Amino acid sequence: MIHAEQLSKTFGDGPNAITAVDRLSLDVAEGEVFGFLGPNGAGKTTTVRMLTTLIGPSGGRATVNGLTLGRDDAAIRQSVGVLTETPGLYDRLSAERNLTIYARLYDVADVPGQVRKYLQMLGLWERRQDEAGSFSKGMRQKLALARALLHEPRVLFLDEPTSALDPEAAKLVRDFIEELRGAGRTIFMCTHNLDEADRLCDRIGIFKTRLIMVDSPANIRQQLYGRRVVVHLAQAAEGLAAEARALPFVKEVQAVDNKLVVTLDDPEANDPALVRRLVEAGAAIQFVGELRHSLEDVYLRLIEAQG
Amino acid sequence: MNLQRIRTVIAKEWAEVFKNKLVLFTVGFLPLVFTALPLGILYATRGDPEQMASEMSDLPAQFMALCGDISASECMQVFILNQFLLLFMMMPLIIPISIAAYSIVGEKTTHSLEPLLATPISTVELLTAKSLAAAIPAVLATWLGFAIFVVGAPLVSTGPSVLRYILGPMWLLAVFGLGPLMAIMAVNFAIMVSSRVTDPRVAEQMAAVIIVPLLAIMFAQIGGLLVLNLTFMLIAAVVLLVADAALIVVGARLFQRETILTKWK
Repeated sequence: MIHAEQLSKTFGDGPNAITAVDRLSLDVAEGEVFGFLGPNGAGKTTTVRMLTTLIGPSGGRATVNGLTLGRDDAAIRQSVGVLTETPGLYDRLSAERNLTIYARLYDVADVPGQVRKYLQMLGLWERRQDEAGSFSKGMRQKLALARALLHEPRVLFLDEPTSALDPEAAKLVRDFIEELRGAGRTIFMCTHNLDEADRLCDRIGIFKTRLIMVDSPANIRQQLYGRRVVVHLAQAAEGLAAEARALPFVKEVQAVDNKLVVTLDDPEANDPALVRRLVEAGAAIQFVGELRHSLEDVYLRLIEAQG
Repeated sequence: MNLQRIRTVIAKEWAEVFKNKLVLFTVGFLPLVFTALPLGILYATRGDPEQMASEMSDLPAQFMALCGDISASECMQVFILNQFLLLFMMMPLIIPISIAAYSIVGEKTTHSLEPLLATPISTVELLTAKSLAAAIPAVLATWLGFAIFVVGAPLVSTGPSVLRYILGPMWLLAVFGLGPLMAIMAVNFAIMVSSRVTDPRVAEQMAAVIIVPLLAIMFAQIGGLLVLNLTFMLIAAVVLLVADAALIVVGARLFQRETILTKWK
């Protein structure tokens, strides 16, 4: 659905040139929710602007929805929905008027029908006659989201969809994104919210001018940290560490107080044998769990490694 | 060119910008004042024909030639009106500046340009729509003001020759030819200025320098250095056409998506 090959963007010329995006190559499949993570100034918005044909790339090529960047720009804009970093509504106009304008610009066939559909879907129908300027931040974001969906785009670009929203409004927007995901839309989402990315995205790309790593959040964790099982014991763990180490599938064992932290590749397959061995060795096991690194740990480790 | 998109943006511009009281004041009040002023002067100078005839000697010789065989009092009124013709040329300069400044700088400050640029609308369509949205009210307000003036002038002037003069080729060219050309110039100039500032009032004030040449002509005429006539208007029309073409090229360059998003302040 989205294919980028060595996509680059440099602003300025000569010694003052600044590379915002450096040879980005990635593929986002149809129906996938792809999270684009990176610090401020990493080039995320520039990437979205290039992929939505708002600015031209300095190098490389890309296709969106099978349409080629630089050749089919108007068709790309017609086929994608964009939620910009700030809602950018017409504050003096009503919510309904805001959407009607965009429905016409996107050549929507049934303008009143589509406007009604999305105002109702996002719970704004009762406030449709109110000026957008009178809306709360959450309502404004929902209205901007409705605007991006009016023409039923197959690909959606969401730039920080929940930034600056209170937790309740952010949850409403997240729930709606979940619904969109269920409807099979392809979503390319820039976000700082790592918890949100963890919950919503099938895959994430960690980006700082260059793409540092792309995979599912779970695979990225495994690549960086392996999978770790924590065995909580009723006694001190030190004496049992050697028992665990003796198992062929165990990569590393740490004993911390009355806990054994065991690194292995496939806990689902190996945990029963591990538990059996420890019980035979006299362990009084209280419970077994998996140590899960937060996406924040992953993100910070990768970004810090980039300097 | 997709006309529906252009119409949609024009309707949006008007719906938004005319909710701004300052713009509404400029579009509504200015033409009223600029129309009432010459009518009031006409009324005030309809007095003693003999005294006016004696004052004729003060008129520039070039202008006397324009009067031909009309009466002295009528010639005096025509001379006075010639000063006010420039007011009708000033309206299509001032009004679009106000509309374009609030429209473009307003969109910059509310960040509403980016979602608009993300739609399939082409930059030519968008620029055309924004230009028309600013120019049409200015031209219509000027023409409406002129229509009121034409209706009111016979009621307050000294004779029918004044009206004949107002409806002559010079006035008609100025109002119906130069007026729209000036509006186009003002819009493109306002776009250039608006791309560099973040406050609509600053944009309005900076773009207002465009009326300076017109003021210079006005003072030159009052000082007897220049007489507005058909030849002058024809030359002005050609100069404006060239200036408009140049400003449209510059405006179109400034109005590219990438320029707006990365270079506009």
